[in-house]
Amino acid sequence: MTVTAVRKDPQALTMTIDAEFEASPERVWQLWADPRQLERWWGPPTYPATFTKHDLAVGSRVEYHMTGPEGDQPHGFWDIVEATPPRLLVFRDGFANEDGSANPDLPLTTGRVTIEQIGGGRTRMSIESLFPSTEAMEQILAMGAEEGLRQAVGQIDAILAEGIVSSTMHR
Amino acid sequence: MQTTLDFDRVFRALADSTRRDIVRRAIGGEEGVAELAGHYPMSFAAVQKHVAILERAGLVTKARIGRRKVVRTNVEGLRRARGLLDRYEELWRGRVDRMTALLDDPKEIDA
Repeated sequence: MTVTAVRKDPQALTMTIDAEFEASPERVWQLWADPRQLERWWGPPTYPATFTKHDLAVGSRVEYHMTGPEGDQPHGFWDIVEATPPRLLVFRDGFANEDGSANPDLPLTTGRVTIEQIGGGRTRMSIESLFPSTEAMEQILAMGAEEGLRQAVGQIDAILAEGIVSSTMHR
Repeated sequence: MQTTLDFDRVFRALADSTRRDIVRRAIGGEEGVAELAGHYPMSFAAVQKHVAILERAGLVTKARIGRRKVVRTNVEGLRRARGLLDRYEELWRGRVDRMTALLDDPKEIDA
């Protein structure tokens, strides 16, 4: 497993995932900096991403869309807040309309990616996602990401487990 | 029963502890809103409101048993929500796995 830790702080509305790779920081940075490589991991195989505008300079807007199995194409963008190759990338990730303009009705997540050498030819990448509010978090979760999900999943599990017990008891 | 779950509604509905408790109690599907209301230190109207939110989220349905109307948890809906949530939970892990595969791809060494 290359994912070494997942930290979630519901109060601070953050989720952090740490991963380690057998590669140099420069090589890991390329995964973000080269749009053709980015396209190979950002979207799942069923929802591949296409980056139509890509420049990691501070103040730039990166534009992309995903293509779903039904041909649906949700659009997104990143606004680059900080970029220090190959160590740091901070961007606001939002949803966009079909023409690429930002959709202000949907929330922005802030992503903070730090990349550091840890010796032995290995590199640690840490990605922190910050949600602006609980409501926004729920909305984003509903469209794809983490915390609250596990909570909800846990709740559902507990409910299902009880359901099995009580339906046995009623027989 | 509705065929698609509105995740926004499901999350909002499950975000409240009273509503989670109602979902749990209603698995047996034997109590009506009035009986459910007896379990909580709040008004009948407040409990009715919680049940309505759960109903709109597709988490409970009302069923008629004789002359009574009972609240029943949509267990199948919960299972389906759970299945979808598992997939979403894997989003970032999936990305990291794909990054690893890409880094291991000999074609990309010169990149």
